[in-house]
Amino acid sequence: MKPAWIVFLKEVRENLRDRRTVLNSLVVGPLLPALMFVMLINVIVSRELAKAEQPLPVPVVGAEHAPNLVAALRQMGAVIKPGPADPEAAVRAQDADLVLRIPASYAESWRKGEPAQVELVYDASQRETQGPVGRLQKMLELYGQRTAALRLVARGISPAVTRPVAVAERDQSTPQSRAGLMFMMLPYFFVLSAFIGGMALAIDTTAGERERQSLEPLFANPAPRWQILAGKLGATSAFAAVTVLLSILAFAAAGHFLPTEKIGMALQIGLRFTATTLLAMLPLVALMAALQTLVAAFAKSHREAQTYLSLLMFVPALPSILLSILPLKAQLWMYAVPVVGQTLAITRLLRGDAVAAAELAACVAGSAVAAALAIVVTARIYRSERLAISA
Amino acid sequence: MIELRDLHKAFGAVKAVDGVSFVARDGEITGLLGPNGAGKTTTLRMLYTLMEPDAGQVLVDGIDAVADPVAVRRRLGVLPDARGLYKRLTARENIAYFGRLQGLDATTLRARSEALIAALDMGDIADRRTEGFSQGQRVKTAIARALVHDPRNVILDEPTNGLDVMATRAMRAFLRRLKNEGRCVLFSSHIMQEVVALCDRIVVIARGRVVADGSADALRAQTGEANLEDAFVKIIGSGEGLAA
Repeated sequence: MKPAWIVFLKEVRENLRDRRTVLNSLVVGPLLPALMFVMLINVIVSRELAKAEQPLPVPVVGAEHAPNLVAALRQMGAVIKPGPADPEAAVRAQDADLVLRIPASYAESWRKGEPAQVELVYDASQRETQGPVGRLQKMLELYGQRTAALRLVARGISPAVTRPVAVAERDQSTPQSRAGLMFMMLPYFFVLSAFIGGMALAIDTTAGERERQSLEPLFANPAPRWQILAGKLGATSAFAAVTVLLSILAFAAAGHFLPTEKIGMALQIGLRFTATTLLAMLPLVALMAALQTLVAAFAKSHREAQTYLSLLMFVPALPSILLSILPLKAQLWMYAVPVVGQTLAITRLLRGDAVAAAELAACVAGSAVAAALAIVVTARIYRSERLAISA
Repeated sequence: MIELRDLHKAFGAVKAVDGVSFVARDGEITGLLGPNGAGKTTTLRMLYTLMEPDAGQVLVDGIDAVADPVAVRRRLGVLPDARGLYKRLTARENIAYFGRLQGLDATTLRARSEALIAALDMGDIADRRTEGFSQGQRVKTAIARALVHDPRNVILDEPTNGLDVMATRAMRAFLRRLKNEGRCVLFSSHIMQEVVALCDRIVVIARGRVVADGSADALRAQTGEANLEDAFVKIIGSGEGLAA
């Protein structure tokens, strides 16, 4: 047997016996994000839907000045309530989402045929109130349009005169592509699961082994160090790859628990998605295993390694965040950047689009080159005299 | 046979090993005696190729340790100062891991493991996970895995460190047995009584240099002290005596 293979088998066996590692890498790592994801989406969706269907409570100040308007609002689903004494203060204090104020001059202006002003008091910085405010604005607009049409008809003019342009919207999104928008953070979850899956082994096989003082006797064996490193990296990568696979499967299962018919979106994770994602992720898994091992090789103790790696964990989040803020069109070269490439490819797959062979090749090749570099650097560190010596 | 020729090793400005030469022969126990920080561990680390000497040469059975470290490691059984075990593996699995890395086939590995487990009297702990082992049980396991490939040369860095009286006696008996099997045994210690009780040959190291090399009687004669402890103090003592 090759020494690398012997080391690989031993590391896998030893870590499978560690309940905490197995729990973290193979259970909590892949399952928890999927579970949280389902719960989060369900909560958001049910809240949004409940709001859209519910009657809209509208506190109105001066309702007596515009009985027709108030009656029309009631008809459109608003529940008219007496307004607070100080609407501005009430909105600022978040006692009310919005307040409609009808001034005494309303009736006067209306009779003269001048624009009759109503005031809509709200706080745009409160995201919560966006829905209700929008709904009330629509109602007021509709009431205005209806009244305008009636007035024109009364003067013998066709209401169509006031609408020189009619816009018909043709939305090209599909249930899956809309889902892509919502599931933007999924690629990050997959990258994160690869990171978490390998972390325990990267630490245990280098910083941990040195701290337990077993690295020096190990290096007294006639196995070349690069073979020992290869076995350890292999075991770390294997754990990370299994974690990614489990994570994909967990999200595939999670897709069935999303209220997709209510939101008109679908999360479809099939065989093609799984295979392509795994292929794109494998070189990234090797890259992260090497980087984690490299960091762990510098750490003096298990705890120190854990601290460094926890900080490193936020790095793969950056591309996901950037891509969701900057809506840029993906160029081919971007696929070659580790993590960015995977994020782009997985996002496309989630939208139901195909990933071109060139893009997938760039994604795999770019990460593979980076992985090779990281492995070479780690191997150099592994050759150093200081590596084995504890304290 | 192990031969060290004028070894030098410095860490920054500190000369840890500053010209160490000696020979450890087959069928003999050679003791490396010296106070803490004298350079014993660094010398041994260069010997089992964990470190490369700045200058000088290490020969194990005539093979240069810098030129062919893998071949040298194959001929050595090493119990380093660091002797951590894999606590989630059993003692037998710990031994087997090193045996496989030494390239033993399954049959040889099984036979060697059984022989060592019997010789070290560790039948009752062989199939237990090493987590929670006593110091003595840990050292036994570490020795068994170091010797699994039946090496001609055995190097032990402070093998009785942390052992109780009974375990120390057992260890001494085991070292004698290795010697009687014709192996070259080299071990380091800072405890003079131990070295005297066991060794055919004593190499005294102080401040990175060999300050005496010979049998116990030769050391007494060299210093003119009838008492070995006095001889030892005189040898490593600063200023006067042989150390200068």
